[in-house]
Amino acid sequence: MWSSRKGCVLPQFVPRTLSTGMRAAQREGDVTGKRVFVIEDERNISEAIRFILTRDGWQVDVNCDGHSALESLRAAPPDMVILDLMLPGISGFDILRALRADPATQAVPVLMLTAKGQSADRDEAERLGVSRFMTKPFANAEVVAAVREMTGT
Amino acid sequence: MGRSDLTGTRIRARRNLRGLRQSDLARAVGVSPSYLNLIEHNRRKVSAPLLAALAHALGVSQDALVEDNDSRVIEGARAAALRSETDVAELERIDEFTGRFPGWARVLADTQGRAEGLERAVENLNDRMTHDPYLAEALHEIISAVTSVQSTAAILNDSDQVEPEWQARFHGNILQDSTRLAEGAVALVNYIDTVNTSETGLAAPLEEVEAWFARHGFHPPGIEGAHPHDPGPLAGVQLELSGDAARSLAAQWLARFQADAHALPLDPFLEAVARLGLLPDQLAAQFGVALDVVLRRLALLPSDDPRRAALPAMGLVVCDASGTLIFRRPVEGFALPRFGGGCPVWPLYQALSSPARPIRQSLVTAGRMGRQFRAFAVAHAVGPANFDFPPIWNATMLLVAETSGRSSDLALSVGASCRTCAQVDCPARREPSILMTSSQPDGRNLQL
Repeated sequence: MWSSRKGCVLPQFVPRTLSTGMRAAQREGDVTGKRVFVIEDERNISEAIRFILTRDGWQVDVNCDGHSALESLRAAPPDMVILDLMLPGISGFDILRALRADPATQAVPVLMLTAKGQSADRDEAERLGVSRFMTKPFANAEVVAAVREMTGT
Repeated sequence: MGRSDLTGTRIRARRNLRGLRQSDLARAVGVSPSYLNLIEHNRRKVSAPLLAALAHALGVSQDALVEDNDSRVIEGARAAALRSETDVAELERIDEFTGRFPGWARVLADTQGRAEGLERAVENLNDRMTHDPYLAEALHEIISAVTSVQSTAAILNDSDQVEPEWQARFHGNILQDSTRLAEGAVALVNYIDTVNTSETGLAAPLEEVEAWFARHGFHPPGIEGAHPHDPGPLAGVQLELSGDAARSLAAQWLARFQADAHALPLDPFLEAVARLGLLPDQLAAQFGVALDVVLRRLALLPSDDPRRAALPAMGLVVCDASGTLIFRRPVEGFALPRFGGGCPVWPLYQALSSPARPIRQSLVTAGRMGRQFRAFAVAHAVGPANFDFPPIWNATMLLVAETSGRSSDLALSVGASCRTCAQVDCPARREPSILMTSSQPDGRNLQL
C-alpha cells in the first residue's frame, strides 16, 4: 500500500476573506461564535473542511485523534461535530457511542463522514444516534448546508 | 402428506401431529427454534445427525421425514417457475407435468440447481471481495484522496478570494493527494492483474511476491551459484514488483533462498537426493545444515533441471509464530488459503508447538478427490539469539505429492482452512465451512 497522508498538524493561518457567495450565506443565519468540532485523521480533508466552514463564519476545531477528541468534546461541547468513521485506534462508532452516553454531549448534532457507504455502516450509525450520514467524496456546499441545517442556522 | 412434500414440510406435519411446539422440538434436538423454523419451511437442509435426532424425537423413522427423488424434481421445477418473471399459469399442474415429462422436468430442476449454485458462488466471491482487507484499505485510501482533491480543488475554483498562503497550501495538498492517487491506481492495477492470473487473488505485498516467484517458477535467475546477499537477483525484484513493501519482502526471501543455495550447491545436493532419496533429515545431516534449509531448498529446485523432473511435485508453506502464513509455494492438489491461518491440523502448526522437533506425517486432503502428500515440518528460530527479545520462531512445512497411489490408513485428513474445508466432524474446526452448511449448519463442534 502506498503511504497515506495521515496526521493533522494544521497551519495556524485561517481565511481572512469571505467570498461573495459565503457573505450571502452568512446573512441568512448568523453563526458567529458557533463552534464545529471536526474529528478527521486525513489532514488535507480536515484542512479543507476547516477552510470552508471558517469562511462561512464558524469557529472550527480540528482533531485527528479520537481519544483526545473525546476529552475536548466533554470539556467544552461544541454546537456540532463532524466525525470520520475510520480513525486510528478508535472508530467513529466508538466516539459516537461515547458522545451519546454522556449527558453533556448527547444532544450535540453529529454529521458522520465515511468512505464506507455500506448500508450496514449507515444502519449502525443510525442505531447509535447519528444525526446525519454523508459518504465521501462530498461537495463542499453539501457539508456547509448540512452543518447549517443541523444547527438550525 | 402429499408425495411432493419436502423434508421440512414433513417435519412440520409430524410435529403438529404430535402436538409439539416448535420450541419444544428444537430444544429436544439441540437447535434453536428459529433454525428449526427455517428447516420446516424448507429454507435449510437437514444434516444426517440432526435428521436422526428429529426422527427419534418425533417417534418416526428417518424415511418418513425424507423427501423422495420425485419431490426433489417437482420442487426444482417449481423453484424455476417461481423465479421466472412471467406468470406460470400451469403451476398447479406441476405434478402432471413432472409425471408426463420426467426427463424434461429433471433437466429443468437440474438447471435450476446449477443456477442456484452459481448464485451462491457469486455471493461467496462478492463476500470475499467485500472482506478483502487489502482491497478495502486500497479503496478507502483512494476515496480519501479523491475527497481531498475534490474538496480542495472546489475551494480554489469556486472562491474569488483565497489568500496566497492558503492557495499555496492547497496547491501543495492537491499535488500530494494526486501523487497518492496515482500510486494507489498503480497498486490497484497490479491487484487486478493478479486477480486475473490467480482466480480471485489479490496483490497484497505477500501475494505480489508469491506471484513474482511463480512467474519465475519459484526459482528466480541468479540464485544458483550466487554468494549470499549478492545483489544480482535483486535487479529483477526492483524492476518487476511495483510496491516498496513487496520489493522489500521479495528481497528478504531472495536472500534466504540464495543462502540456502549457497549452503546446498545444486549438483552435490541433487546427487545426494538421488542417492539418499527425499529424506530431509538425512540430507541435512549430510550437508551439516538445519532441516528448514533442506525443506526450502527441495521446494525451490530449478524446474528446468532434468534431475528435478524425476522428483515428485513439492510445495512449501512457512508461517510465523502467530500462525500467519508468510510464504507459500503451492503444489497441485493441496489448496492453500489466501487469508488468515491454514488448517489447524497441518503439521506446520504441530511443529510450532514443539520447536526444533522434526515432524513427518502422511496427509490426505479432505473431500471426495482426496490427494495424498507427505509433510515434513520443523519450527526453527530466526535470527541471532538476543537477550533483549524473545526468539522469533518460524515453522516450515514441505509437502511432497505421493506418486505411488498408495493410501495410508495413518494419513491425517487436512484442508486448506476451515472456511473452505469439507471435512465433517473435525475436532479442530474453528468456523463453519461454506461447503458444509447443510450438514453442519449450526456450527456445532467448533473449537472455541
